[in-house]
Amino acid sequence: MLTKRVIPCLDVRSGRVTKGVKFKNNIDLGDPVEMAVRYSDGGADELVFYDITASAERRPIDIGMVESVAKAIRIPFAVGGGISCVADMERVILAGAEKISVNSLAVRNPGIIAEGAKAFGRQCIVLGMDPVKSENPACPSGYEITTRGFREFTGMDAVEWAKRAADLGAGEIVVNSVDADGTRAGFELTITKMIADSVGVPVVASGGAGRPEHLVTVFRDADADAAIVAGMIHTGDYTIAQIKDVMHASGVPTRITF
Amino acid sequence: MTAIVDYRAGNLTSVRLAFEALGEDAVVTSDPNVVAKSDRVVFPGVGAAASAMANLRELRLVDAVKSVAADKPFLGICLGMQILFEHSEEDGGVDTLGIIPGRVRRFADVPGFKIPQIGWNDVETVNGCNVCPSGEFFYFVHSYYAELCPFTSGVTEYAGVKFTAMVKRGRLLACQFHPEKSGKAGLALLKGWLESC
Repeated sequence: MLTKRVIPCLDVRSGRVTKGVKFKNNIDLGDPVEMAVRYSDGGADELVFYDITASAERRPIDIGMVESVAKAIRIPFAVGGGISCVADMERVILAGAEKISVNSLAVRNPGIIAEGAKAFGRQCIVLGMDPVKSENPACPSGYEITTRGFREFTGMDAVEWAKRAADLGAGEIVVNSVDADGTRAGFELTITKMIADSVGVPVVASGGAGRPEHLVTVFRDADADAAIVAGMIHTGDYTIAQIKDVMHASGVPTRITF
Repeated sequence: MTAIVDYRAGNLTSVRLAFEALGEDAVVTSDPNVVAKSDRVVFPGVGAAASAMANLRELRLVDAVKSVAADKPFLGICLGMQILFEHSEEDGGVDTLGIIPGRVRRFADVPGFKIPQIGWNDVETVNGCNVCPSGEFFYFVHSYYAELCPFTSGVTEYAGVKFTAMVKRGRLLACQFHPEKSGKAGLALLKGWLESC
C-alpha cells in the first residue's frame, strides 16, 4: 500500500540550516548535508530544502549545496528558493534534486509551471503556496495566497490557485498555512482538506507540526498525501521514527523499516 | 564497464550517483557502440513513452538496446522498464520495444488515489524472485503502469490495480520504482544486481 510520506523541511540561510517562527528569530540548527544524512538514515521519506535568503539577496540557489546533498543521500529531495527561470530549474535538477519547488515565482508568472513541466515532467514541479485566512471577497474559499514570506497579499483564492496550478502541470502541491506556520499547534486542516479534495495531484501539508498526533490527524482527516515536519524534529523533541511509530499504531499507512 | 543509457529521457544524475556510492564506475552514454561493448547496461528514464521512443530512434539506439537486453546483464528503471513492453497507452498510444510481452496503461481515476502515484509502496516478490525481500518498500513516481505478465517478478497495488513493479527475464531485470532513490533497500537491490552480473 502507498504510504503517507513524512518530509523534513530544512530552511537554509547562508549555507546553514535555520529555523524561525513566521520567518523571524532564526536560530542555527546545523549543516545541511549532515542533517540530510541523519534524517535520511532516520526514516525520512523525502526531504525539502528552501534556500530562504536566495530571493531576497537576488542570487541564484546554492548549487554546491544541492550537489553535496545529492552525493550524500539516496532518497528524493526537493529544492526551492532562488529559482527564477527554467534554466535555474535545470541546474538544480542536473545537480541531483528530484523536484523544484516554486512559490512566489509561479504567482508572478504562472506559465513557469507549464514550462517546467514540459521540460522536466510534471513530477519535478512542486507548487508551494502560503495561504492565510482572509475575508477578501475575491477569495470564496476563505483563504488568500500570500507571497514573499507572507508579506504580500495577492487577492488570489487558495483553492482556485491550486486547481489552476495542477492544470498547468504542477505534479504536487505543498499547502503551507501561514496561520499555523511555526506554531507547532497542528496543521491547518480546513484548507489542506479543501485543496486535497479539489486537485488530482498529491498534496503535502505544511506548517504547524508539533506532535506525532498532528500528522495522524492531517493524514486521516484532511486527506494529505504527505506532511512536512521541521521544528519538532530539529529541536530533538521527536525523532522521525517516533513520529512514524505513532502513525503506524494509529493505522496510517507508514514505511517503518528503513 | 557499466553503461547508463542516456536517451534524453530525464535526469541521470541520481542513477550515476547511486552507482558511484557503490564504487561502480558507470559511464553515461548515448553512443550505440559504447552500449554494445559494455559489460552491463542500465536503462533509466522518466517522461513520456512517445518522445522516449522517438529519441531512441533518432540516436540509433533501438537495435543496440534490444541486443544488450537479450544477452547482457540489463537493468531497466521506471520509463526504462515501461518501454520494454509492447505498447503504451501514453500519448494516445505508442508501440514500444516489445522485449517483454504486455501493455502499459494509465491508472484509472479512483476516488482517494492521486495520479501520479508518488511515494513509497511495497513490492511483493513472485515467481521465485529473490532480488529483494518480499514486502520491501521502494520509491515510485508514475502515472502509467505495466500489466502483470508471465515475467512479472514483483507486484505492487495502487488505485485498485495490481501491476508489474518488477520484471525479470533471463539476465534482464527492470523495475517501475526508483532503486537509486529508495534508500538502503534500493542500494541493496543495485548492489545485488551488480554482484549477480
